[in-house]
Amino acid sequence: MTSIIEIKNLKTRFFTADGVVKAVNDVSYTMESGEILGVVGESGCGKSVHAMSIMQLIPDPPGKITNGEIIFEGRDLLKLSDAEMRKIRGRDIAMIFQDPMTSLNPVFTVGYQIVEAIRLHNDVTKKEARKRAGELLALVGIPGAEERLDDYPHQFSGGMRQRAMIAMGLSCEPKLLIADEPTTALDVTIQAQIVDLVKKLQDELGMAIMWITHDLGVVAEMADRINVMYAGSIIETGEIHNVYKRTKHPYTTGLLGSLPRLDDEPGTELTSVPGLPPDLLALPEGCAFAARCGYRDEKCVAERPILEKIAGYDHQVACWHWEKIEGDGK
Amino acid sequence: MTRYIIRRIFSVIPTLIGVTFVIFMFQRLIPGDPAVAMLGEHATDESVERLREQFGLNRPLFLDRDALADGDINKFFDSQYVRYMKRLAVLDMGESIHRRIPVRETLALRFPATMELAFLAMFIAILVGIPVGIISASKRNSAIDGITMIGSLIGVSMPIFWLGLMEIMLFAVILQWLPAGGRLSTGIDVKSITNIYIIDSLLTGNIAGLRDALEHIALPAIALATIPMSIIARMTRSSMLDVLQEDYVRTAKAKGLSKGLVLFRHALKNAALPVVTIIGLQMGTLLAGAVLTETIFSWPGIGRWVYDGILGRDYPIVQGGTLVIAVVFVAVNFFVDIMYALLDPRIRYD
Repeated sequence: MTSIIEIKNLKTRFFTADGVVKAVNDVSYTMESGEILGVVGESGCGKSVHAMSIMQLIPDPPGKITNGEIIFEGRDLLKLSDAEMRKIRGRDIAMIFQDPMTSLNPVFTVGYQIVEAIRLHNDVTKKEARKRAGELLALVGIPGAEERLDDYPHQFSGGMRQRAMIAMGLSCEPKLLIADEPTTALDVTIQAQIVDLVKKLQDELGMAIMWITHDLGVVAEMADRINVMYAGSIIETGEIHNVYKRTKHPYTTGLLGSLPRLDDEPGTELTSVPGLPPDLLALPEGCAFAARCGYRDEKCVAERPILEKIAGYDHQVACWHWEKIEGDGK
Repeated sequence: MTRYIIRRIFSVIPTLIGVTFVIFMFQRLIPGDPAVAMLGEHATDESVERLREQFGLNRPLFLDRDALADGDINKFFDSQYVRYMKRLAVLDMGESIHRRIPVRETLALRFPATMELAFLAMFIAILVGIPVGIISASKRNSAIDGITMIGSLIGVSMPIFWLGLMEIMLFAVILQWLPAGGRLSTGIDVKSITNIYIIDSLLTGNIAGLRDALEHIALPAIALATIPMSIIARMTRSSMLDVLQEDYVRTAKAKGLSKGLVLFRHALKNAALPVVTIIGLQMGTLLAGAVLTETIFSWPGIGRWVYDGILGRDYPIVQGGTLVIAVVFVAVNFFVDIMYALLDPRIRYD
């Protein structure tokens, strides 16, 4: 496999009246083409901001990418002009968002919004684009797709709107699809449908997918690899089974421990991660997780651990004590 | 859409009837007798009574209850209001009490002048206000934003009469670029078709007339446009700022659309609703402001004429003038409602 995107030392900051919010801190990783990467973490851990940084859609001001490289097909996206970046957005890298109820423009028809994306990046007639839009809506499983092109978003249900968003995202056959919590706003049965749909589309079309979520279950179901983020940094990453079965970071252990499982003994209590994530305005010197961690010692407080490769496995962890931690093997 | 328009039309009719009712009633609530006002303080009771009878001022306002007791149905309905409405149905608005000129004739001459001024002022206000608001919003907190917002605050606060006088001082007296008042220079003639000189001179290909008419209307139109322009700019800015935060604007950017398309295609259509509302409401302020503007610039419109009518208790003039202004206001807001539906499909399908 060849890598589709390589992110090196990405830093994103928000310069607010209260100070500098360190939203993304030295994030580096590589995605292979055609793989599904799960990015997990709790709210405010920088998972969405890092994705918006890739798209360069960080609101500026106050946001700014202060450091790093985003190598996509051999080019550093951060060095491209606005016009060059616009050609990549929507065509090579597409993004779908959390809230399908508000992510479609209410005053244009669904068909118009898909056709607009197609015609922006492809030299086709209106008629051809419309035909393609109809095919896309059919592909994402909207019944009577042709006729529904002329409907407005408010005539679609939430699940259908997210399907339409996916159709729009896929309209130019992107090489990378970033899905930012695409199922969070939907109810559970619809969530499962959307997850199945995306898996099916990935099989057919073969694009790489970055699936951002706080739902570890969804990631387990579909992802090849996983990035666990905490306070703007990746603290554990690797092949999905390695991370889930041989968990090495206390935070990931805590996250997994908070999930109910069907094979739990009846009466098993769920654990939670105590405390709150650190204030991104004033990140501690050392490990950002130290304050909530049972393994904390002086080194954790003084020095920040960096990702360290675990020999013999596709698995990296940023913890001084990972060798002491045994994944629960669940 | 057709159903929506038809429903709107039906809701306009009771509004207009209400307008005639209110205009008629308020008029009669003003103290003082028009017959006395006309004949002077020293008129005999007899002559006053004769005049009252001649104009129907001796009839009850709405319904004659005494006549009902007598069983006289025709007389029961023969009230000032019913007489007024009957005449209105054939567009007869009566004669001016003092000058005995049919109100409709004067309106035909003066109303187009006011409309020309008011609509040109609104046109300027929209043409400047909306782009200024959009630019301010897209460059929020920049120097341009600061300057335009301070400018619009001054614009909102500026009294029209003062601005009008300053304009005359600068452009008519000191620089002598533009005339200080009137609609046309002496010696320039525009053939009357609509009595809106800009349109008439265009229709007849009268370039000299068009130029002269534009020179005359420039100062009053700018004075009148200042307040609505400032309000529209501020409203557009705040509405755009709201919309630019929306998720669908982010979606539009994520598609790869340029900043201009995001702003003018995706954001503006959503931001336009409150702006259109304000434009409709400002039309009322603007018609009221026309009275002052017309006075300062000796503009022969209905504003000044109605004002004189009020002072002289010339009921037919006040009724006729107020009525056409109210009809214009209702009509403008009817179009605002139609605009809503065109802009927002969710309203159309309600």
